[in-house]
Amino acid sequence: MSFPEGDEARRTADAVARRSYGKLVAFLAARTRDVASAEDALAEAFASALVDWPANGCPKNPEGWLLTVARRKLIDSVRRRQTGEAASTQLEILAEGLEDAAAQAERDMQIPDKRLALLFACAHPAIEAGIRAPLMLQVVLGLDGETIASAFLVSPAAMRKRLSRAKEKIQQAGIPFSIPEREELPHRLDTVLDAIYAAFAEGWTDASGTDANRRNLTSEALFLARLVVELLPQEAEALGLLALMLHAEARRAARRSAAGEYVPLAEQDPTLWNAQMIDEAESVLYRASALGAIGRYQLEAALQSAHVYRRRTGQNNWAEVVQFYDALSALTDSPVVAINRALAIAELHGAEAAAEAMKDIATDDRLTEYQPYWAARAELLSKTGAYDEARQAYEMAIGLEREPTVRAFLQKRQGALPR
Amino acid sequence: MQYLLVLHVNESGWGQMTPEQQQQGLAAYLAYGEALRKAGAFVGSNRLKPSANSTTVRVANGKTQVLDGPYVDSKEQVGGYYLIDAPDLDAAITWASRCPAASHGVVEVRPVWQMQ
Repeated sequence: MSFPEGDEARRTADAVARRSYGKLVAFLAARTRDVASAEDALAEAFASALVDWPANGCPKNPEGWLLTVARRKLIDSVRRRQTGEAASTQLEILAEGLEDAAAQAERDMQIPDKRLALLFACAHPAIEAGIRAPLMLQVVLGLDGETIASAFLVSPAAMRKRLSRAKEKIQQAGIPFSIPEREELPHRLDTVLDAIYAAFAEGWTDASGTDANRRNLTSEALFLARLVVELLPQEAEALGLLALMLHAEARRAARRSAAGEYVPLAEQDPTLWNAQMIDEAESVLYRASALGAIGRYQLEAALQSAHVYRRRTGQNNWAEVVQFYDALSALTDSPVVAINRALAIAELHGAEAAAEAMKDIATDDRLTEYQPYWAARAELLSKTGAYDEARQAYEMAIGLEREPTVRAFLQKRQGALPR
Repeated sequence: MQYLLVLHVNESGWGQMTPEQQQQGLAAYLAYGEALRKAGAFVGSNRLKPSANSTTVRVANGKTQVLDGPYVDSKEQVGGYYLIDAPDLDAAITWASRCPAASHGVVEVRPVWQMQ
């Protein structure tokens, strides 16, 4: 089967964009720290490719081709924007570094991979926490502002403004494009992992996978996690995060019934789970545990693993689950973890013990608007027989839910409570 | 800051639902209102009668024109509103995404001009 040349050029461009976008941006911006200009230059290079490639055929080394063109555009734009000494210094930096690299790229067909350094720059503590995940998705993966805005429930205009402010900050504050030193690494890596997980979580809310923007977000987050694991193979928490996300992703098909209704984990059909992903998650988690540095993501992955085991084998392992929650609540101090721990205790020791455990859970004003808190609380209250309180908690969970299928599920649960 | 969440919905949808679905739909709106109140974000809300009950009035060149029906004749009509108090646009968008109308219609988030 043959495709018209134009289609092939477009497909090659798409493939390179997906595989190499971050690599090219990272490389172009590494010296100047000017991410926005690097992105603009690269966008122009892709546009040129779509004109040139259908006419002249796809180059043997598309990445090198794009880099060469983008570099030229970048130098042009510096010339246009700046004059005098500042420009000549910047041009020198650009010319020197990029020429060598472009030549090398032509030779080896390899561009040095600075994506990890770029990730660390995007998740730098000096960058506002809420914009780190969107920034990574745009700069490293090339997602457009509108897609990111929808996923993070922010107006597109505000998202564009915040992204460009963050890029400005990288340049103006001199945020380094480098991998932190050994002693600083664990803490700095946490912020990178948190941002990747935030991206995944946004994608995860669309369980049925009908919203293409969101569904892509989970796979983009998996791509980033794999990238971190590949470049930092000895970091246990990076492996833990990858295992956690693989476990969650493996269950996607089982999260909705054929009729599109929400199916909670306890009622999912394990044959619908993606066995290959679960196997990978397990082996990744095993690798993590061998490194002997336990952390939040590994514990959450271990919990997923324990739930999967129980559903698959029908064997009760609540004691193990409670242990993981114990460890997790010692680490995170999250009320949602505390409630889920109480739910596991209800399974293990009965409702009374769970009610006792719940007494310690601080009611926090910030939780008023946190849907998972109310959903878990409602379930726990209904287990302890406090039906009126459970009804109220369900009411809050329903009012705060944005997925209609989950809303319907919660309404069903609420309706089933004894009067 | 106050925001008006304007609910644009397909009016024919309601009539096509079973009584059970209608009840579930109403319950979802009640829960949403309850969540808004508990969070201290609720200012006011109303459900509007179908736009067939609308009348439009316009005075031009000294003449008053009165017409039956809504101003814009389209399948999607304003079906109600929530007036909310939110710290910023992000918070208002989050509330809009939780509104049941966002899954069967469109919710417009409109900042209110604050009179000093």
